[in-house]
Amino acid sequence: MLDTFLQALQGSSIATAIREGERLFPWIECLHVLALAIVVGSIATVDLRLIGLASRDRGVAQVTAAVLPVTWSAFACAVISGGLLFSSNATTYGHNVYFQVKMALILLAGINMGIFHLFVGREMESWRTAALTPRRAKVAGAVSLCLWIAVVACGRWIGFTINTPT
Amino acid sequence: MAWLSLEPFCRWLAGTPVSQTIQTIEWIIPALQTVHILAVACVVTSALMIDLRLLGLGRHDQPVAAIARRFLPFIWWPLPVLAATGALLIAAEPARSLRNPVFLLKMELLVLAAGITLLCQIPLRRNAAFWDLSAGRRRLGRLIALASLPAWIGVVFAGRWIAYIQGV
Repeated sequence: MLDTFLQALQGSSIATAIREGERLFPWIECLHVLALAIVVGSIATVDLRLIGLASRDRGVAQVTAAVLPVTWSAFACAVISGGLLFSSNATTYGHNVYFQVKMALILLAGINMGIFHLFVGREMESWRTAALTPRRAKVAGAVSLCLWIAVVACGRWIGFTINTPT
Repeated sequence: MAWLSLEPFCRWLAGTPVSQTIQTIEWIIPALQTVHILAVACVVTSALMIDLRLLGLGRHDQPVAAIARRFLPFIWWPLPVLAATGALLIAAEPARSLRNPVFLLKMELLVLAAGITLLCQIPLRRNAAFWDLSAGRRRLGRLIALASLPAWIGVVFAGRWIAYIQGV
């Protein structure tokens, strides 16, 4: 079932063009790296503020509001470019353990963010300085930071376990 | 011609114990690249946040000076990390980058991007409100941001293209 889907994806005309064209894959990969860098960098801005290591004099709510539009735009670019890269060799990527772990980690990062906003982040407005940020918010920030660092690492390891230029 | 004289140096570097170690132990190169990309993420996002503010896009609740004060350190202090991981990656496979025109392009773009960042930073030292002071200054700030963004994007793109262009 899954393999049928992966094969169909790989056989699509876009996937074939990316696989067979010499320059398409690297250009899309450039976009993917740039987008992912901005996703991770902007999320780290919020995480470091939650932990209390940066932007200490600015409210968590203000930091988040300034950064999240950037994060979501970059995330959309990363998903689209990543999807295109994936499609070019879907059957191989789909079975690559680092790819699977990477997807799981992104899911976990999403769950962590969801839990934070539902249960911890409600009183975010009151965290005006780093000293006022409660421990559970610091934990959410640290978990997020670790997950996204691991996402970047898995992404790099995919390249080294699949036969493409690294 | 300059590439020719680099060849013996590349060969010597590839034979050093550091290079040999990185080449033999499989996880070192992806680990170095991971740290390198994380530091790039730090620099590029910080430059983007300052440039977006200079362009007047996004939130306006803070002056340029405050944004610059928060994000400029995150452009400069990852640079030693980038230099160290980059140098080790070069040591692992010297010819892959040192004799690669795209690597040279990346270094040129890096100098350009750093120079543009200084153009934004130096006036702030004398007067923190410099970029918020007048319509003319704001226009100049927008021009700096419009030059800075493609320069940093170029650094990232050239970095990825090193893997696809053969060293000459």
